[in-house]
Amino acid sequence: MADNIKCRISAFRNDYRIAPGLYAVGSPDRNSDILVSANYKLSFDELRRELTGLDLWVLVLDTKGINVWCAAGKGTFGTEELLKRMTGTRLDKIVDHKRIIIPQLGAPGVSAHKIRQTTGFRVYYGPVYARDIRAYISDGYKATRQMRRIDFTLMDRLVLTPMEIVPAMKKYPLYAAIVLLIFGIQPSGIIFRDAFYGGLPFLVFGLVSVAAGAFLTPLLLPFIPFRAFAVKGWLTGMAAVLPLLGMIDRSDALLNSAVLLFFPFMSSYIALQFTGSTTFTGMTGVKKELKIAVPAYIGIAAVSLILVIASKVSHWGII
Amino acid sequence: MKYLKNVTSIKINPDRCTGCGVCLEVCPHDVLRVGNGKASIIDRDSCMECGACVSNCAFAALSVDKGVGCAAALINSMITGGEPTCGCSSSDSGCC
Repeated sequence: MADNIKCRISAFRNDYRIAPGLYAVGSPDRNSDILVSANYKLSFDELRRELTGLDLWVLVLDTKGINVWCAAGKGTFGTEELLKRMTGTRLDKIVDHKRIIIPQLGAPGVSAHKIRQTTGFRVYYGPVYARDIRAYISDGYKATRQMRRIDFTLMDRLVLTPMEIVPAMKKYPLYAAIVLLIFGIQPSGIIFRDAFYGGLPFLVFGLVSVAAGAFLTPLLLPFIPFRAFAVKGWLTGMAAVLPLLGMIDRSDALLNSAVLLFFPFMSSYIALQFTGSTTFTGMTGVKKELKIAVPAYIGIAAVSLILVIASKVSHWGII
Repeated sequence: MKYLKNVTSIKINPDRCTGCGVCLEVCPHDVLRVGNGKASIIDRDSCMECGACVSNCAFAALSVDKGVGCAAALINSMITGGEPTCGCSSSDSGCC
């Protein structure tokens, strides 16, 4: 469990793998089924847990410690690697049948007809979730429509949020340094007191925007209106920042405009990153969002900076 | 949950399709159906362009622009001009 958590927050997330090869679950014989899996330890452990009490073979591919689906997208869980492992383990000498069960989410990387042409083995695409494997096998390798569909539940989204928050927070110290510098610069030099009191609300707005984009938007995804992630993130960011606007001087229109302009878009940018983790977004759609969003982000960051500087300069004029 | 309307690039060439139904089996979003001996797209907006149907069609009847639907990877490739990857797939370590 502790490993599971550490892995989720990326401590050793990139090196959480098991050795590829053929594994025996229970006491398999020459008629036992063969399941194919990735060498990401989280996936393998879950699979093994679901197989308790069954006797079968598990052929583990070298996917560089990446889960089946992502590896299939990259091709490491793919036809070539599968053929290599099937030959390397002499699979045809170990069993008397010609059935091999591949998780359905491995399908983007595998061409079933090529496996059959080359090895004679027929690929059976198993269910999306390991929890359905038992039913799939006992029903004669039949998956229901439900077993073939991938979900994206609240829990699925929740466990992904640390990997959204951690990368965003890695950039936070740089952001904080820039904020303190901007607010610290005064005609008389860099004043730490001004840096702190002027910058503090902005440090809070930054944190709130990270929370809105990296945590709230993924979590509340289906409940936030509009389909574009950039828009969802903007709405969440606006809803989160607006109640805190009282932290800055109400009479400073320039600074208020900068806050309302910049932070919802910061949340929007962070929320857009979550497209890489969902189970339903495609590349063409993300490209379409980026085409509009990226120039907007650059423009808005520039305008916000100008507004903040204008606000400062107007204060100096008054003082 | 569905992503943007009318953007996915999935296409079927009915002349090549034999209606074997393998594409239905591998699709994680129930995008396709077979009727009158041909597969057709019944829920275009649910397609996430994973490419499972394409790589498993023995008759090359399907096509899709498959790739990482990941903003960070695409922004990186916009900056560097390279192929979009998750940033670390070239080395032995991985992320997604």
